[in-house]
Amino acid sequence: MELFTNQVLAGIATGAIYACMALAVVMIYQAIDHLNFAQGEMAMFSTFISWQLMQWGVSYWAAFLMTLAFSFVAGIAIERILFKPLAKAPVLTNVAGFIALFAIINSSAGLIWDFTIKQYPTPFGSAPFLGSQLISTHQAGMIGVTVALLLALYFFFQYTRIGLAMRAAASVPESARLVGINTSWMIALGWGMATAIGSIAGMLIAPVVFLEPNMMGGVLIYGFAAAVLGGLSSPFGAVVGGFLVGVFENLAGTYIPGVGNELKLPIALALIVSVLVVKPAGLFGRQIVKRV
Amino acid sequence: MTPLLNVKDLRAYYGQVQALHGLSFSLNEGSLTTLLGANGAGKTTTLRAICNMVRSTGGVEFEGKPLNNRSTESIVRFGIAHVPQGRGTFTNMTVEENLQLGAITRKDSAGIVSDIERMYAHFPVLKQRHTQQAGTLSGGEQQMLAVARALMLRPRLMLLDEPSFGLAPLVVRDLFGILGKINREDKVSILVVEQNAQLALELADQAYVIETGRIVMSGNAKDIANNEEIRKSYLGY
Repeated sequence: MELFTNQVLAGIATGAIYACMALAVVMIYQAIDHLNFAQGEMAMFSTFISWQLMQWGVSYWAAFLMTLAFSFVAGIAIERILFKPLAKAPVLTNVAGFIALFAIINSSAGLIWDFTIKQYPTPFGSAPFLGSQLISTHQAGMIGVTVALLLALYFFFQYTRIGLAMRAAASVPESARLVGINTSWMIALGWGMATAIGSIAGMLIAPVVFLEPNMMGGVLIYGFAAAVLGGLSSPFGAVVGGFLVGVFENLAGTYIPGVGNELKLPIALALIVSVLVVKPAGLFGRQIVKRV
Repeated sequence: MTPLLNVKDLRAYYGQVQALHGLSFSLNEGSLTTLLGANGAGKTTTLRAICNMVRSTGGVEFEGKPLNNRSTESIVRFGIAHVPQGRGTFTNMTVEENLQLGAITRKDSAGIVSDIERMYAHFPVLKQRHTQQAGTLSGGEQQMLAVARALMLRPRLMLLDEPSFGLAPLVVRDLFGILGKINREDKVSILVVEQNAQLALELADQAYVIETGRIVMSGNAKDIANNEEIRKSYLGY
């Protein structure tokens, strides 16, 4: 039983990271109808920025906040420079853009910081949390930061005018323009926020997976699985999907013989395929119904 | 007196296809003007061209200020509220959020709150459903919501695209009654595009008839309604 509880809690902790990645993916998907394959690399780059700042002697939380600001601005810049001009281009052109972005960021990080694996600090320590062997303080910190982030986002989108405008721009762009919302800037803002959310995921998971240019590859696949499971049209679903995938991954690795650590990633992919076949809109997604 | 809205030699294009062929008309402050015509005549395109939602050339002036080359979202700030065809409801948001979105360019939060109450007085059904998802409303209720959302801007000019579309005759009567009241009491000028010519002519003071992207007839709404020849050849009733 203790093993089970332990695995579930650890799953919730990594699930928090998947939830952040899934949320970032869904936010951009809602704004521009494309999956951002480079979301993980953007998060990795942000994490390197925070690491570099700490190398220069900046304290953890100052580096954390500065990285958030950097990621927000960088996300907006990427949208303005690369994806705004592609807004009316066909899907495949956008896919090519995302793959290019992936390669550019990955290689740049390798060039600047090389590919050797680096230790990344945690501000929470890694002692047993509240004296319990079930979960470490870092894992508890991951959950805590994610929950705080999700609450902040909920209040932003539900109770602020700009949040309302962003939701309107994502759901019916034409009507949004007709009430005076600058939908183009709302998309840019969505990119900035998604990039900042991704950077939080990167900085929280880096102490676990260690810092290197390919650190987010697996994490992003879990994030995609979470987004698909919850429904690409539902930010709430993406978050729930993240936690579910985290727990599922851990339980499968522990209890299904032969899965172990090696087959964990294929399990995420199998999950994507099964959800797409059985319930394409995901658990919480809305089926798009068009009147003819 | 400069007209509130002056449209001169408006031409609009969908890709290579020209939809408006030099359309000119004007609308005076306080007027309720209707734009009539058959399917495909260019009524919707005219409204969309005014708000710069299609590629167009020619002059559109609001109180003498040119609107061409302005983005759709900045035209709203002149006080022009556009209720598009199909109502443009934010279906996955609540009724109240839809109303707040209508006022998203306004800064006076106290005024917005009192205007929402005013809309609930105009349209009691919206008050009953204010926490409901707007997509669950009936067609008639959604049209009321669309008009209310447009009024939340406190517009000078309201553009309405086929408000009667898909509604039961009784609901249409109701809605047109409200539009007349808004025009008289709130002093909102209205330009309404309609296929239901008979009803629109009862409501409006001015009327223009469009055919294949050109104005073919204009005048006092009563005169047009009383002219049997025009009615038969252009309006089909």
